[in-house]
Amino acid sequence: MAKTKARVKTPKSVKKGEVFEVKTLISHKMETGQRKDKKTGNKIPRMILNKFVCSYNGKTAFSADWHPAISVNPYMAFHLKASESGELEMAWTDDDGKTVKKTAKITVT
Amino acid sequence: MIRKTLETRRVDRRELLALFGAGTVAAMGLSLAGPAFADAKATDAAIMKATGGKTATMGKITLETPQIAENGSTVPIGLVVDSPMTDADHVKTVHLFADGNPNPDVASFHFTTMCGKADVSTRIRLAKTQNVIAVAEMSDGSFMMAKSEIKVTIGGCGG
Repeated sequence: MAKTKARVKTPKSVKKGEVFEVKTLISHKMETGQRKDKKTGNKIPRMILNKFVCSYNGKTAFSADWHPAISVNPYMAFHLKASESGELEMAWTDDDGKTVKKTAKITVT
Repeated sequence: MIRKTLETRRVDRRELLALFGAGTVAAMGLSLAGPAFADAKATDAAIMKATGGKTATMGKITLETPQIAENGSTVPIGLVVDSPMTDADHVKTVHLFADGNPNPDVASFHFTTMCGKADVSTRIRLAKTQNVIAVAEMSDGSFMMAKSEIKVTIGGCGG
């Protein structure tokens, strides 16, 4: 399987109490399970990322359940409220149960 | 004799008209209630499942969608729910549906009070021109809803 590349973009520093945007992008083919192999005519089995979780200092802050209608290379942007400096951890889980993780540091002033 | 034939003829014509009329209505009904109806039904069922049978009121949600999507395989969708996101009043979950896709479910977003505001964006696949529906579950147990039609030039389900 191709290596999945995950990217997370956050502001370098935010003021306490401020609401900031987190943008994430991950490379994944997001096979819907609807497509057919042109040569054999068999359906290509579904293989998507079905769960996305963002933890802020270990606590789940935002999560999403994805269905096959989410595009290839899923993009997800959401907002968080700055409470304290620390770490944001993004985790994507696919149909196989494999998880890709990516962390980002956040500085709260 | 003549009179009788006239009478029977009249009845025949009426019957024919009635039959024709009913037939047309039935045919129209059938053509209207084609696959589109089944999809709407599946979407309604999915919404009912998400709300637990409660009815959702329109409002509070802003769907930022393009009017026309040239490529159905990546349609940018923005979604904002008007809420202070405090412990007392926040958005718990927003479910996104598309009523013309093979499967009406698109995504569910779970918010917490750590989010500050309920504002997300993502990219979705749409098979054809259809409605995108967002249903939000609020912390007080009520449900809000928003609907937006997107015209799709090239569908995004692949061959």
